[in-house]
Amino acid sequence: MTETTTLKATRSPAAHQGPGAAATYLYYPGCSLHATAEEYDASTRAVLGALGLGLEEVEDWNCCGATPAHASSDFLAAALPLRNLIRAERQLEGSPDLLPEVLVPCAACYNAFRLADHHVRRGGEAGRRAAGEVEAIVGRSYRGEVTVRHPLEVLGRREALTALSGLIRRPLKGLKVACYYGCLLVRPSQVVSFEDDPEHPQTMDRLLAAVGAEPVSWSYKTDCCGQSMAVAERELVTELSRRIVRAARAAGARALVTACPLCHMNLDSRQGPGPAGEAPLPVFFYTELLALALGVGRPEAWFRRHLVDVRPALAGLGGLEARDSA
Amino acid sequence: MGAGVELYLPGAGGRPATLTPGFVREVEREAGRMVSRCYQCRKCTSGCPVSHVMDYQCHEIIRLVQLGARDVALRSRAIWLCASCKTCRERCPNDVDPATVMDTLKVLAVAGGVPLGRRRVRSFHRAFLTTVALLGRAHELGSIALYAAGAPAAAGDLGLGLRMLSRGKLKLLPEAVRGRREVAAIFRRARELDPGRRGRERTGTGTGAGADGAGGGATAGCGGEGR
Repeated sequence: MTETTTLKATRSPAAHQGPGAAATYLYYPGCSLHATAEEYDASTRAVLGALGLGLEEVEDWNCCGATPAHASSDFLAAALPLRNLIRAERQLEGSPDLLPEVLVPCAACYNAFRLADHHVRRGGEAGRRAAGEVEAIVGRSYRGEVTVRHPLEVLGRREALTALSGLIRRPLKGLKVACYYGCLLVRPSQVVSFEDDPEHPQTMDRLLAAVGAEPVSWSYKTDCCGQSMAVAERELVTELSRRIVRAARAAGARALVTACPLCHMNLDSRQGPGPAGEAPLPVFFYTELLALALGVGRPEAWFRRHLVDVRPALAGLGGLEARDSA
Repeated sequence: MGAGVELYLPGAGGRPATLTPGFVREVEREAGRMVSRCYQCRKCTSGCPVSHVMDYQCHEIIRLVQLGARDVALRSRAIWLCASCKTCRERCPNDVDPATVMDTLKVLAVAGGVPLGRRRVRSFHRAFLTTVALLGRAHELGSIALYAAGAPAAAGDLGLGLRMLSRGKLKLLPEAVRGRREVAAIFRRARELDPGRRGRERTGTGTGAGADGAGGGATAGCGGEGR
């Protein structure tokens, strides 16, 4: 329904987020984007802003509960996201200009939100019971008037791709990337996936190709990096992460690209040197590379937060300030 | 199920495993999944990224549940090493959803007070949820500190923690939501709904023998008690 609105906005990169934006989404950053992945938050805002899309944070949002919640209690796994969705609906009521969609960039939060929404809409008696319990606590019911979306889905629409191509200032020419989707954007596909083929997702590949990068073909796009166990099962998770990086390297990639702050933290921090002593592969959020291509935001500042040095991968592009050597 | 079936597992000293008839129904009820539909095609195990470290493979856990080998399933390492990647759920031809069944088995293991196959995974979940119950938001450093307090071996990742701190990736101070009371009420209700709590109320006993201490229940001890 908002497709046309979105499109009109795309021609005016000056129209930034906030009240002036042509279309404003509700936005749930989640705990990671306020801490370990601030660069994902900033780059998401920069890229959407360049397309004239504003973001309004869900007010007083709480943690989605992530894996510890669904491994401990069905109720917790549904109730924590539902409180946020109920708040989003309340916010929508007071602001008719907001789009009835909540953008959730963290793949883990996105997955939890979609599952909770699905549980209420389609979960039969159990779903109704959970919704009733939450209503009794927060004093308002979840009506299902908002749609939970990942920004990748919005940016991957043909119209947005066209608009992005028109805004490129620095094409990422020659940058070979392995687009890594992980688990939570694609499984369970009936509830969360927006891909034509969830076993072979393409949205990130199309986006990166649109700004001049060269996505490689590889077979570990949706393999698990194990992040939910990273603290307790360090060795196992290191092994899983390295397997993914090895496959990306073997496919000729100079960098990995992800849409999940948990995958990012894991792959950025656990890979070690390559089999022949090569430097570790940089890991980017897809929004960081889009922002770099569009010339928006502060990519240099974002990249300083990465554990793996990104400069070698970007050396051929030119124009990037040298990273402080501190 | 049960009558006439004897299950001999490797390492059990030639003794048959104790079978609990009706266990499959209990799991199906808690998980909301039809475990009895599994016909052992092994597609789940074929795609499982952690099958090499599991004591029982994914399809074997499902089979143990079908046969009523409650203790064996609940004490297994496999249910805790499951990465929740949901590849099994995606590919299962019978919509058994082993990933969700693994979660149900974790909850039942904690509620039943059996020795946990991989206690440290559970300890991390608990540490994480404690910060969420208290603050309404997760706090990396806080949950890692809580976890490390109970598992000194966790100090091995100190180097990584320091590198992350130096890059501004770990926040020293947590964020807290204004609606902490609501979040605390959600946690309270989760504890009331826990199978462990319900079980004790039914039988009128307070086993308290759980690996999680006297509280029992998978969300017990996660703080937020109206504070």
